[in-house]
Amino acid sequence: MAQMTEVRFHGRGGQGAKTAGYILAVAAAEEGWNINAFPEYGAERRGAPMKSYVRISKDPIRLRSGVRHPNVVVVLDDTLLATEHVTDGMEPGAVLVINTDQSVEQIREQLASPDVNVFVVDATQIARDTIGRPIPNTPMLGAMAKAADLVELDSLKRAVDERLGGKLSQAAIESNYAALQRAYEEVHS
Amino acid sequence: MGKRVALEGNEAVAEAMRQINPDVVAAYPITPSTEIVQNFAQFVSDGQVDTNFVAVESEHSAMSACLAAAVAGGRVMNATSANGLALMWEILYIVSSMRQPVILTVVNRALSGNINIHCDHSDSMGARDTGWVQIFAEDVQEAYDNLLQAVAIGESMDVRLPVMSCLDGFLLSHSYELLEVESDEAVREWVGPYKPLNPMLDISDPKTFGPLDLYDYYFEHKRSQLDAYPPAKEAIIAEGKRFGEAFGREYGLLEEFMTEDADFVMVALGSTCGAIRDVVQGLRDNGVKAGLLKVRAFRPFPAEEIAAALQGASAVAVLDRSASYGAHAGPLYAEVTSALYSYGKQVPTNNYIYGLGGREILPDDLEQAFGDLQKVAESGQPAEPVSFLGLRE
Repeated sequence: MAQMTEVRFHGRGGQGAKTAGYILAVAAAEEGWNINAFPEYGAERRGAPMKSYVRISKDPIRLRSGVRHPNVVVVLDDTLLATEHVTDGMEPGAVLVINTDQSVEQIREQLASPDVNVFVVDATQIARDTIGRPIPNTPMLGAMAKAADLVELDSLKRAVDERLGGKLSQAAIESNYAALQRAYEEVHS
Repeated sequence: MGKRVALEGNEAVAEAMRQINPDVVAAYPITPSTEIVQNFAQFVSDGQVDTNFVAVESEHSAMSACLAAAVAGGRVMNATSANGLALMWEILYIVSSMRQPVILTVVNRALSGNINIHCDHSDSMGARDTGWVQIFAEDVQEAYDNLLQAVAIGESMDVRLPVMSCLDGFLLSHSYELLEVESDEAVREWVGPYKPLNPMLDISDPKTFGPLDLYDYYFEHKRSQLDAYPPAKEAIIAEGKRFGEAFGREYGLLEEFMTEDADFVMVALGSTCGAIRDVVQGLRDNGVKAGLLKVRAFRPFPAEEIAAALQGASAVAVLDRSASYGAHAGPLYAEVTSALYSYGKQVPTNNYIYGLGGREILPDDLEQAFGDLQKVAESGQPAEPVSFLGLRE
């Protein structure tokens, strides 16, 4: 089978993991890739752990089971480390981006596979400052763009506009751009 | 020319409904088909369609309102899942008996109990004898394309039957994919205006619908209903071809993937066919002659065509995403093996029940089933007629 990039988002219901997956997929599609994005629900409820998946490939994507061996994992909430096995299936050196105010070392101590490539960013604070609400999904996409180099920041901005443009005001879209940009600059390993 | 866009399965279905612009939609939303009705209600509210949207208090009422609107002479659509479809039961039979081409999107979901919102085919399979045409989609593009074709198939003048356009719950309904969405003008031209047949509201020519029909004529009427299904099969082929001519994507009753010289063929419905293609390709790369036979139309059942497609196989696996309680095997297996028997083909055939209530099917599971077929072909006998994939035992 041809090369495919697989991304897994871990979040809580209401944090926007599903929307983040869709925005990443639109951005990748804009750059000419085949895409597939889907959420994994238990029963849908706010605050409960959930996952969403994105596959990006030059070839048509036909597999519809959940991502087992992610190249990139994005964690929207560091309290998930206590209950979710976020590094499951990751190879050494695979990219993990986490929303946290803790250090890379502090996060690494809590991981089952400490040999993954850990990136941290305080996306909740960035979201509060830019969007005005603690919704970490768009800043985490900005951070991921820097850490994993899957898609360009500009593609993500266009995807935010395409996916959320009908629902949000122009000012809200602009604040999401600012969140993307700031997280892109602040994320570090 | 169509536009290549990324949409969720439910969004794509709602978009097709917007383009078709039906006269009446009467619906009661249910997971995982909720967004179809929700998005369509938005189109109505925004004035993007001329549809009379009837909000009802149950699925039984939804299908009753659809039936009434269709008999009155309108083009009618609806969407549902699982327990919603079950609550329509009584009316499903009446719609097909009265030969009304109501179009229903079924987003496949497990039936209770226990309560489960995820995909299997028990809802559609339970409705397989209701007289509705049933077509299954493999991906979001097909869900969109199938709904447009469902209208043309059901409304064919020698068919006039209701159609269920089925797509896998969550796996397709909530899957975000790239697809070609055709222009509104092209879709409206392809689908064409609705041509009512014997509309009740034509009061210059009064008719009776749904009368008492006892042992003197009921049997003859049921016999004449049976005559609608061979033309329905022809209409699925003809409209699939006409769709291909207009939009470049042709469809039929079945789709054969590498079956021509295949020793081992897997038969399946719906989105799992995608993963099977990858597995078949992988086996082919290793010199194993594997193939996939995708059943697109389950009703009318293409028995003769399936028997012909499996003519060269030395072992067959039939995958069922539902159980038929009390039967000796799953519903697709029972029909495929019956087709093989009826058309004189003897081949060892395994049945695999998988994916109930949304249980994932993995490439490893499918490879294991193909591995079984290689053993079966050597021994000439199915090891166990029915087994399970992805089950903890």
